[in-house]
Amino acid sequence: MDNNVYEHIPAEQFEFQQLNANIHDQKLQTKSRGYFADAMIRFKKNKSSVVAAWIILFLVVFSIISPLVSGYHIYDEKEDKKVIHTDTVYTKHPPFIPWIAEKNLGIFDGAVTHESQSEAQVLAWKAIGMETGYNPFLREVGKTVQKEKYRGKWRDVTYYTIENNKYYERGMLYRTVSFAEFQRIQDFQNETGIQVIYPYVHADDIEGIKDNPNIWYKVKDAKGTPYTDSDGNLVPAYSTNQKLMTYRDKDDNTVEIKYDSLRIESDPGNYVYGHVKSGSITVRICYYNYYQYVNGFEPSYIFGTNSMGQCLFTAIGVGARFSLIFAIVVSAINLCIGAVYGAIQGYYGGWIDLLLDRISDILSGVPFIVVATLFQLHLAEKVGVVPSFIFAFILTGWLGMAALTRKQFYRFKGQEFVLAARTLGASDWRLMFKHVFPNSLGTIVTSCALVIPGVISSETNLTYLGIINLQELFGTSIGVLMSQGQTAMTSAPHAMLFPALFISLLLISFNLFGNGLRDAFNPSTRGVED
Amino acid sequence: MFKYLVQRTLLMLVTIFIITGMCFILIRMLPPAAVSPDDPHAEVIELRREAMGYNKPLLVQFGIFLKDVLTKWDWGLSDKLYVGRDVFQLLYQKMPATVLVNLYSIIFSIPIGIILGIIAALKKNTWIDHTISTLTMVVISVPSFVYAFVIQYVLSYKLGWFPFLMKAGTDYFSWEMFHSMLPAVMALSFGVIAGFTRTTRAELTEVLTSEFMLLARTKGLTKAQATVRHAFRNCMVVVLPSIFGNFIGVMSGSLIIEKIFSIPGVGQLYINSINAPDYPMFIMNTFFYTVIGLAASIIVDISYGFIDPRIRMGSKK
Repeated sequence: MDNNVYEHIPAEQFEFQQLNANIHDQKLQTKSRGYFADAMIRFKKNKSSVVAAWIILFLVVFSIISPLVSGYHIYDEKEDKKVIHTDTVYTKHPPFIPWIAEKNLGIFDGAVTHESQSEAQVLAWKAIGMETGYNPFLREVGKTVQKEKYRGKWRDVTYYTIENNKYYERGMLYRTVSFAEFQRIQDFQNETGIQVIYPYVHADDIEGIKDNPNIWYKVKDAKGTPYTDSDGNLVPAYSTNQKLMTYRDKDDNTVEIKYDSLRIESDPGNYVYGHVKSGSITVRICYYNYYQYVNGFEPSYIFGTNSMGQCLFTAIGVGARFSLIFAIVVSAINLCIGAVYGAIQGYYGGWIDLLLDRISDILSGVPFIVVATLFQLHLAEKVGVVPSFIFAFILTGWLGMAALTRKQFYRFKGQEFVLAARTLGASDWRLMFKHVFPNSLGTIVTSCALVIPGVISSETNLTYLGIINLQELFGTSIGVLMSQGQTAMTSAPHAMLFPALFISLLLISFNLFGNGLRDAFNPSTRGVED
Repeated sequence: MFKYLVQRTLLMLVTIFIITGMCFILIRMLPPAAVSPDDPHAEVIELRREAMGYNKPLLVQFGIFLKDVLTKWDWGLSDKLYVGRDVFQLLYQKMPATVLVNLYSIIFSIPIGIILGIIAALKKNTWIDHTISTLTMVVISVPSFVYAFVIQYVLSYKLGWFPFLMKAGTDYFSWEMFHSMLPAVMALSFGVIAGFTRTTRAELTEVLTSEFMLLARTKGLTKAQATVRHAFRNCMVVVLPSIFGNFIGVMSGSLIIEKIFSIPGVGQLYINSINAPDYPMFIMNTFFYTVIGLAASIIVDISYGFIDPRIRMGSKK
């Protein structure tokens, strides 16, 4: 590079750059970004939190939609009164959706496993299918051959492990119905062609067995071992005693109850379809079809049923709605109380701070479980279960929020902008909520996102323990569902699994989401605490 | 330090007094549990209640209660659950099961938690750290009865390694008892492990990036020496107090875990006393929980000062 020395530059070579131009600030080329927009951008960078936010959204939508689409309710309206919906037969049944079950994919087929079933037992299961057309036998999972001594000789006995469709497995039930009901079922049968009532089997014809309505064939012994003819087929043992369908009225006339609806295929025409007993009639019904008669549709439980026969899919939705709304209400109230309390503490300081601090000290010493119990005992009858539950959460719940706000106020109250506002004559209230509070809002809102899972978690714990009883509300909660599921854990693990999965997913996502928010609003703590 | 200790203890006593008083009055405002007329103890219970001051003003009742407690250490007799037995004795009898289960759990889990936390901090931002941190987050989020369910279903039912519930009886130190406690111990441990992993990792990562670590390396210490002698000791300032807090907490136990595994402990007693309802028992339990909670917080605060002499608890500005 030459180090040129310019000495005699002529004056005309100079010209003014901006002699006649007006100088303006250039308009900003980039978009201006506020505090919240900035936080949003940081939040979006955190992939796991974004995923968590979507999962939360999905679970919320699930809880809104599932009770609407499932076709089931967790309570029934009977004569203007709400009654908890119960089904005494389809309880603790695994997930089952008929049209998926038909495809034989191994899912949603209501499968339960039965171990060490002898051949006679397997035949008995299959016999249910032969009669109703709903074969409970799904598949054979395994078999073992054992040597057993039978009448002094050793012989091989095969035991099977099989999977059955629990919905079909119920097969037949004896139900005692009124004559009018009997007629209605027949009308239903004629209309739809679905056979509900099956021929009656008299106990005398099947070795006196009274407690097994699924036996429609001749048996060898009182244990119900099927009798097979020379071709290996079962022999029907349906009652042909027409007297069963008659009764004597008060004038001592014999009245016959008519059955003129569907008859089973092999019926030669003389099978009896009921047994009249003192003014009502006992019939043998196929429960799967009876269910259709009562409800108008086939059973279809996406998550199965719980120990009360409620649809878990619906119940989880209803319970989750309760948990979410409850948590949001509690957090919002806690936020308000905590913010005001903490603001007063932090802003005024001195002896007010000291006094208020003692109060929150004492409150924080009371174990939460004790608060919840006392409120339940005292207020539940006066103001209802849920309000008293909310009070219990509020009594000590705002303490954390207050401490946080207090800290923020101490941080901001000495700063210049507050001083400036004060000099201009702003009132205390205005200073607190127009100047200091908005500055600490980010931190406070973020901690609120972490409070929600905490509330949900302790609410679930309390309802699980049964300290809070929501039955009166005709609602349910994930905790209630879990404790119902726990009682039947071995026979119906799904009743525990689905609520547990739901609550775990919800809480994990809320925590991830909350952590993401916290990091986004407060970059200085990023990576320190997670 | 001593002055602070005295101050805190006195303050704790005042707090306990106020809380117990509030709970006592709230409980006595409720109608007493009904006694069925064919109960053989009905008359005794009525007399006992008369002596406890029912039908008198609430403050007088509280006075009677305080006098009994302070002069005779008499917390009242159980009303419903274990009719006529001293509630303090009952609580005392229920203690071993709770303490043992919790003690085993923290003895197992504190070292595991700290070690996992150290590993995560030393391998920060590697896949090991990410795995540990994610698992910690998951375990902390999920309520404890969910893993209790998983443990009970998988280990006790499917695999058949452990009994379903805790063995009855009082042979607390026999092998069968220990074996039957293990599922509960494991269910309790998850939360403790996750908590310690998180605290240790957070503290250690902060300490590892501080300047005195750089100085230590500059002096010529190896990384291991610097970590063990400088970073680790400083990180313990936060971790140790929470260990002390946990040891106090073993006595209060977990309501949920005790219910699921039917541990005949304090938590179960509490739930039963609510459901019965047995109010003298309830007051005893409330007092107990309050004392444990406050004592734990004091111990934690004071131990900061003992572990790190630079920290002067309660000192003025």
